[in-house]
Amino acid sequence: MSVPKDYRYTESHEWVRIEEDNVVTIGITDYAQEKLGDIVSIDLPRVGDEVERGEPIGMIDSQKASTEVFAPVSGVVLEVNELLNDDPAVINTDPYEEGWLVRIEVEDVEQIDELQSADDYEELLGKLDDEEG
Amino acid sequence: MSSHADARKTFLYDEHIKAGGKMVPFAGYWMPVQFEGIAAEHHRVRTKVGLFDVSHMGEVLFRGPRALSVVQRITTNNVGTVSPGKAVYTPVCLPTGGIVDDMIFYKVSDTEWFVCVNASNKDKDFQWFVRQAEGECEVLDLSEQYSQVAVQGPNGPALLARIFGDDVLGMKPFTFVKKDFQGAEVILATTGYTGEKGGEIYVPNAVVADLWRTLLAKGEDLGVAPIGLGARDSLRLEMKYCLYGNDIDETTTPVEAGLSWTVKFDKGDFVGRDVLVRQRDEGCSRSLVAFVVEGKGIPRHGYPVLAGDREIGHVTSGTLSPTLGIAVGMAYVARPNDEIGSKLTIDIKGLRKVEARVVQSPLVKR
Repeated sequence: MSVPKDYRYTESHEWVRIEEDNVVTIGITDYAQEKLGDIVSIDLPRVGDEVERGEPIGMIDSQKASTEVFAPVSGVVLEVNELLNDDPAVINTDPYEEGWLVRIEVEDVEQIDELQSADDYEELLGKLDDEEG
Repeated sequence: MSSHADARKTFLYDEHIKAGGKMVPFAGYWMPVQFEGIAAEHHRVRTKVGLFDVSHMGEVLFRGPRALSVVQRITTNNVGTVSPGKAVYTPVCLPTGGIVDDMIFYKVSDTEWFVCVNASNKDKDFQWFVRQAEGECEVLDLSEQYSQVAVQGPNGPALLARIFGDDVLGMKPFTFVKKDFQGAEVILATTGYTGEKGGEIYVPNAVVADLWRTLLAKGEDLGVAPIGLGARDSLRLEMKYCLYGNDIDETTTPVEAGLSWTVKFDKGDFVGRDVLVRQRDEGCSRSLVAFVVEGKGIPRHGYPVLAGDREIGHVTSGTLSPTLGIAVGMAYVARPNDEIGSKLTIDIKGLRKVEARVVQSPLVKR
């Protein structure tokens, strides 16, 4: 299970990549896409939407399940990955690059510091593995 | 289903690993959820033939001179006075009319019935059967002895005939015969959970891996491949077949669930009859409908169904139909919203609302 070192993470399996001081890209982790299986559709916010940390901002549907995407930080949506409308399965094949979901202008940059590090997130995945045997 | 560190392996576990199956804990067993991909597997079953390991299901035998009155009392359908060799789908109800489980009764003889029950209900069902039988007949749990393989798809009968003989081709739906496989007696039934032709094979554990490999080898030119639980779910949903725990449970009755055709009111008394008669005569307040989504979003179990702002029910199952290419599902809705053509609004986790329309079942015609 890949966990890039220079990304930040949430307990609900979103990743955050810092682009500029107050701009981040978010997506779902390799673990999340693997759990979902073949992704068939997505529902994302629109450019200009205000999002609030911890609140659902979208939905990812696989053939077998649907999962909400939660905003890792509060802010305004700057850009949405339009590629996913035609080919949502990119999230399965490349969750950390081509499969990004939205870019957000962050309201309070301190919220970025409060996210999990790659090490923290790997520890969380280890615990989840133990629970599943 | 939740995860279990102590989940068991079926006798086909090693075959699934070799075939690249993605294994998940389900009803206490490690089961393959997919192999090549759910949609591809779904299409394979609709156009060619697929193999399902359904060894997690339970098997029970009712036997004895007075078994007839026991099986007629605990079921709603007429499982008793049909001819030997017939299979009958039936709910088993509580006195409240709520469904204990849905299952298939195979009438072996006038004194013997072989029954296949849902994996998640095995223990509960067996205890219920024993209690209801009140010692009037033997009730034997055979689950530990049997594995089960489903062979489903338009090429299913041809594949089965290659192993069990051409007489299989003449078998009518919902019948069964006993056959020999490598010296072991197996039960071959023309039943299934996909809407396709083919059958289900109840086979002793010792020979199931050989049977599985033989089916794959002899069906290569027919396009056979293993299929996971993911496609099993989308296949059954396209047919509006109920999944226990999702669409039916102890709080829903066969009349509400659209299963009145499995309730034989004139067969004599049976558990739950009073409530079901009342629902038949007076109507019930809600019913289980099939719907198609008109727009974006896939409804899932538990999502609220609205008419305007008023909540009128909830979704019980939903998926993207690989055959139709649109989201479909099942829901309990208050009458008269259950009429064909009724417009429903489904609340997708508060994120958005999608429109849906009640349609006739099955969703996919076979």
